[in-house]
Amino acid sequence: MNPFSSSTRLRDMIRSIRACKTAAEERGVVRKECADIRASINENDPHDRHRNLAKLMFIHMLGYPTHFGQMECLKLIASPGFPEKRIGYLGLMLLLDERQEVLMLVTNSLKQDLNHTNQYVVGLALCALGNICSAEMARDLAPEVERLIQFRDPNIRKKAALCSTRIVRKVPDLAENFINAASSLLKEKHHGVLITGVQLCYELCTINDEALEFFRKKCTEGLIKTLRDITNSAYQPEYDVAGITDPFLHIRLLKLLRVLGHGDADASDLMTDILAQVATKTESNKNAGNAVLYECVETIMAIEDTSSLRVLAINILGRFLSNRDNNIRYVALNMLMKAIAFDDQAVQRHRVTILECVKDPDASIRKRALELVSLLVNENNVKQLTKELIDYLEISDEDFKEDLSAKICSIVEKFSPEKIWYIDQMLKVLSEAGKFVKDDVWHALIVVISNASELHGYTVRALYKAVLTYSEQETLVRVAIWCIGEYGDLLVNNVGMLGIEDPITVTECDAVDVVEDAITRHNSDMTTKAMALVALLKLSSRCPSISERIKDVILKQKGSLLLEMQQRAIEFNSIVERHKNIRWSSLVERMPVLDEATFNVRRAGSLPASVSTMAKPSVSIPNGVAAAPLVDLLDLDSDDILAAPSSSSGADFLQDLLGVDLGSSSAQSGATPTPKAGTDLLLDILSIGTPSPAQNSTSAIDLLSTADMNNNSSTALDTLSSSAPPHIATTASAGGMFDLLDGLSPSPSKEATNGPAYPPIVAYESSSLKIEFTFSKPTGNPQTTNVEATFINISPNTFTDFVFQAAVPKFLQLHLDPASSNALPANGGKVTQNLRVTNSQHGKKSLVMRMRIGYKVNGKDVLEEGQINNFPRGL
Amino acid sequence: QIHFVLLVSRQGKVRLTKWYSPYTQKERSKVIRELSGVILNRGPKLCNFVEWRGYKVVYKRYASLYFCMCIDAEDNELEVLEIIHHYVEILDRYFGSVCELDLIFNFHKAYYILDELLIAGEIQESSKKTVARIISAQDQMVEAAKEEAGSISYIIAQAS
Repeated sequence: MNPFSSSTRLRDMIRSIRACKTAAEERGVVRKECADIRASINENDPHDRHRNLAKLMFIHMLGYPTHFGQMECLKLIASPGFPEKRIGYLGLMLLLDERQEVLMLVTNSLKQDLNHTNQYVVGLALCALGNICSAEMARDLAPEVERLIQFRDPNIRKKAALCSTRIVRKVPDLAENFINAASSLLKEKHHGVLITGVQLCYELCTINDEALEFFRKKCTEGLIKTLRDITNSAYQPEYDVAGITDPFLHIRLLKLLRVLGHGDADASDLMTDILAQVATKTESNKNAGNAVLYECVETIMAIEDTSSLRVLAINILGRFLSNRDNNIRYVALNMLMKAIAFDDQAVQRHRVTILECVKDPDASIRKRALELVSLLVNENNVKQLTKELIDYLEISDEDFKEDLSAKICSIVEKFSPEKIWYIDQMLKVLSEAGKFVKDDVWHALIVVISNASELHGYTVRALYKAVLTYSEQETLVRVAIWCIGEYGDLLVNNVGMLGIEDPITVTECDAVDVVEDAITRHNSDMTTKAMALVALLKLSSRCPSISERIKDVILKQKGSLLLEMQQRAIEFNSIVERHKNIRWSSLVERMPVLDEATFNVRRAGSLPASVSTMAKPSVSIPNGVAAAPLVDLLDLDSDDILAAPSSSSGADFLQDLLGVDLGSSSAQSGATPTPKAGTDLLLDILSIGTPSPAQNSTSAIDLLSTADMNNNSSTALDTLSSSAPPHIATTASAGGMFDLLDGLSPSPSKEATNGPAYPPIVAYESSSLKIEFTFSKPTGNPQTTNVEATFINISPNTFTDFVFQAAVPKFLQLHLDPASSNALPANGGKVTQNLRVTNSQHGKKSLVMRMRIGYKVNGKDVLEEGQINNFPRGL
Repeated sequence: QIHFVLLVSRQGKVRLTKWYSPYTQKERSKVIRELSGVILNRGPKLCNFVEWRGYKVVYKRYASLYFCMCIDAEDNELEVLEIIHHYVEILDRYFGSVCELDLIFNFHKAYYILDELLIAGEIQESSKKTVARIISAQDQMVEAAKEEAGSISYIIAQAS
């Protein structure tokens, strides 16, 4: 453009970049161009700006940094000419996003351009604003945009309408300002304006109830008429797509009718005819027609019940499902998921077809179909569906096995009619896809096995057989060696044969072989090997005749490079060698039956709390999932209880359950209890129903097994206040709870409630992980400190298999509760874990702790270690 | 709502990117890398939808170019295919049987046309004719300005 300019033309630059043969060469060209552009920017010659920015945009698309060009966009936008503004706005939208401060500088130019005399300049400004405006800009410029909705030229009206859409998305408060202007657009004849107007109304309806009511009352009939006109209109070449007049407008109208009809029987009634017409008359041999039909079905399913229409909708979906076009099948599966809600039977009829889709070569379709199948499962068809899925698991692609096996496991766990069936199915899954099965799944399996005493023999034999064939499936091997360790005697002696079993001959040596295999196989991981060593130790007591051989196997691991293995090997060896007497008795006897209920509580509790508590607070209490919010409640000081009784759903729910109005309760609940104990106690109380005889120790489970704990705690309380009824054996942690529950008179434990507060600390911080500790002291026990550790993932990657380990010097005792989860979502995902530290040198020495954190990022193990020396003094 | 539009060549070269939702530069290149990996590797007979991070990406291949649009999970995938086709038809009409080279050397034109088709991730105009008319009106304004500037600088050049 400028004859004096020395720089290359855009076209030449693109050519020379395209001519590059290697990436390095390309980088060289780009570097040179960028240097020229920088120099030219510094010269501040307005003639080159246009070209510089065009080049920068191209360079930007190749993925190189171009931030130094941002100010050039602003200068171009501020210049008077149309060509400069056009490229300036384009650069602005490409090089910047709404979160950059620089963007604010453009607000003024935008404002001027929105009032420009040239409508195309106004159009450029509206487009830029609609594409990248921030909430702040939206607020500043909303009045201008609102005015432009009434502009004389339709090109500006439609742009203003979509720009308003963005504005109300960013600042929902502004919605009501746009209601009138938006409704005026619905009367338009110009398709562009009508489409954007309908879109704006839809947006307003979804964020503002007033708007929804307004449009429902004033516009439903008009919209129906518009839809009828367009559906019945004669061929219009300008808008025709494959025989449909303006499918885009069709779809937007149907979408708006959907929100107007949803939850309103009258409005739904009005639109029945036109929906029926669209559903029956629309041509379905081209994508455009199917897109309209698809939208129509969605609207029919969302509006209030008109059963004849729904039959029509289901029929359309049935047709879609049998279509040969993969796209159509995909959307059919998608839609059937919604249809299940009101017509399960109709969807069940397509079960066979849907199961076929699970086996489709197309991953997208498989995934949809699998989701749908898992919704179709009920008590009646679970066996058949599971069989189909497991059969397919055997032949499916490796990369699909993970999803598929997870789905099967969840179906089996949820609908299993009997234990033996559950065990059978799980063994099949572990055999086919054991390496994909998550830890909690096989842990759950072991708990179930442990509880099914009549199936111990059957299970261990089945596992033994399976592991011979599928020895590469890690989790199968683990479950098998655990069972062999526990029930090896049943395996060898064919104890507890079921009628369906064929007797097998397994010698003690065979059993040891399997376990030894697991240790020596090079790709077995630590957990498996460690489990195998335990199994060997146990076997040595179950099968004394081969204990020499077992000793040999254990001894071989003495030289293991893995510390854990080496230690176990040496210790176990000395047990086998020197402590024959105790070995036979208590040391390695069968594991006590694992408590299923407790396990389920724990397992549910380790789910991401946000999901479960948000979704169904009422169901989650018995599972202990709501424990986290309850903890908040219990942790509050008395004042806070008054101030924030409904701060979490858990609190509300607690109120409902107990029938106690916390807000008006005069109770002093200042105790800072171990959160875990508090909630377990609460569960306990809830299940018993009578609060007064409730006894507490550290947890409900311990309560059952440890009697002397109770004694301890009751003496603790006695010393606290002699007026406490002696049968209420409670540690201080229960004090708060009792106050909540009777709330009548100030509790005796009240005086002791507010101990000194300790400031929270950041215990550890690395580039990817931050650990915060908050402290509290149970009353009456100054030596003990409850620590709530919060682990925050500050990296952009998700952590899985998260394990926190801690070690303390001898004068301290440490107890760790299970963490709330073992996965930390990326960018701020949190896990909490409660620690209890008892300081026997309280007042003399401060706390100190070493810790080790292990987790996986994208399947890779990461280990972090550190020492915490900054505990507050006096803990 | 369309969150972004991507044009990627069969070799994985980016030909156009348009972001309607905020993504940092880092996220943008990650998204592009991830998606072109998934989409370019899909077989020819499969459906045109990919589920990705809770969103859906609708893509369609025209000659050597993949047109991709990312939408919410509940949006109408079939309609997005029509929007893509609509865009391609307008490009075709504008360039006269468009090819990848047109979009490389005139990438800014492809952006201008897209801006007349979508704003805020929503469709703006269903008439190809109207889009063509508005674009050519603006092109003419640019041409006119160029001529004017050209003649002035020519005069200056002559004078010096």
